Amino acid sequence: MVYISQLINELIAFILSLVHVNEPWVVFFVALIVKIALAILLIMMCVAYATWLERKIHGLISLRKGPNVVGPIGLLQPLADGIKLLLKEVIIPQQANKILFFSAPVIIFTVALLSWAVIPVEHGGVFANINVGVLYILAISSLGVYGILIAGWSSNSQYALMGAIRSSAQMISYELSMGIIVVCVVMCAGSFNLTDIVLSQQNGWYFLKLFPMAIMFFIIILAETNRHPFDLPEAESDIVAGYHSEYSGFPFALFFLAEYANMILMSAFYTTLFLGGWLPVIDNAFFNLIPSFFWFVIKVILVLSFMIQLKSVTPRYRYDQLMRLGWKIFLPLSMFLVIVLACVLRFTNSLPNIG
Amino acid sequence: MKNITKTYKILDFLYSLLLVDIIKGVILTTKYMFIKKSVTINYPYEKSKVNYRFKGEHALRRYANGEERCISCKLCEVICPAQAITIEGEKRADGSRRTVRYDIDMSKCIYCGLCEEACPVDAIVETMNVEFATETREELYYNKEKLLQNGDRWEVYLSEKLKVEAPYV
Repeated sequence: MVYISQLINELIAFILSLVHVNEPWVVFFVALIVKIALAILLIMMCVAYATWLERKIHGLISLRKGPNVVGPIGLLQPLADGIKLLLKEVIIPQQANKILFFSAPVIIFTVALLSWAVIPVEHGGVFANINVGVLYILAISSLGVYGILIAGWSSNSQYALMGAIRSSAQMISYELSMGIIVVCVVMCAGSFNLTDIVLSQQNGWYFLKLFPMAIMFFIIILAETNRHPFDLPEAESDIVAGYHSEYSGFPFALFFLAEYANMILMSAFYTTLFLGGWLPVIDNAFFNLIPSFFWFVIKVILVLSFMIQLKSVTPRYRYDQLMRLGWKIFLPLSMFLVIVLACVLRFTNSLPNIG
Repeated sequence: MKNITKTYKILDFLYSLLLVDIIKGVILTTKYMFIKKSVTINYPYEKSKVNYRFKGEHALRRYANGEERCISCKLCEVICPAQAITIEGEKRADGSRRTVRYDIDMSKCIYCGLCEEACPVDAIVETMNVEFATETREELYYNKEKLLQNGDRWEVYLSEKLKVEAPYV
């Protein structure tokens, strides 16, 4: 990734020098925009194939075959779906607030892509290596609630509104414990920077060191991304499709892509925090041969498939059970774990040195 | 009694805390995902086995010498609960009675198989074929010619079917 980035830099510099533009800042910005466009393209492809993965996994679990007609083992199915959604008519409900109705998918989609800026896919392979990467991700993921609320409200439909209310309440209540659990990792790593967090896992992943927190965090990211068993905002058996009931065609595709982009993002976040990011499983010569980017991708795929698999394992929670779990169990438990961890770190003198 | 409920409560708490049921579910689904084989068949390319008693598209059979079996007794027309069959018969020059018209309205037919059971000469039978969807309603009004064609096409299967099913009729 770092190599490809340098290659793009040099290529852009060369192309711009052909038209006699040599200012370094122009070259820098053009190269950055090209890289961002490529990254978005890559993420979109990943999202498309995440839907393929989901359908395949559920197919195999329920002894079906999953998509297998379009292309070899159905690999072109996501493209076919995308084309179908693009060509479909966009239906606007008569009573809907049109400006908000169309801004909601844009907000959700943008927010789903924004967080990728700070995820390190490799040592140095990150767009913005900012000091407060963890806080940035938490902040951006909270912004996603606005898109959902606006979508639910502007559709002027009971189902959509119900889904939006459920979703916002759920995301807000689980964000609290999410933030508190992230504090555990930050306490161990001594930094809010995601690259530093990964590097601090060189002698043991936090998945093993902070096992209960890792499990809780996994459950929380299920709730954050509105996945099973916490997919009440989109519970098709009681509220059709939740906040995007009234959307069709391309706006619906944006919702769909954003949902899966969020899932992949959260898997990547989980990988970075607990599974050692791009680090190989064991630090030896053979494993180091595999490029670190691929380690990152493999881990993300594993977390993602586990998220998908849980859909067929668990039944949907009832709304009051969801709230009970969030406020009465996860919040106190995570606070308790933070205090315990702080005590352990303090009394074993293993607090990280902060320069 | 009090102790038992207490033990149960503790066990229940431990169960939910350690996510025992979730882990069981994950193991089960993983087993299904990798070990169990898919039960789906690729329909247009693969077909499932069809029983001889399956009631599909109709056919009129012939004798080995090419003479049609139907003697225009109209038992099938009478017994048909959907009144889908219309028959007109006539005496031939050699004195035998044969149909001049044998129509089945396939859009009326309910595939009950009573015509097949009523037939004294095993002329009208139902094949295993279900792939006779058409684009217009008119194509589903089968006449004698079409039914006899079906009979010729499915004769091998039909004679086998009648042989196998004979003890149970």
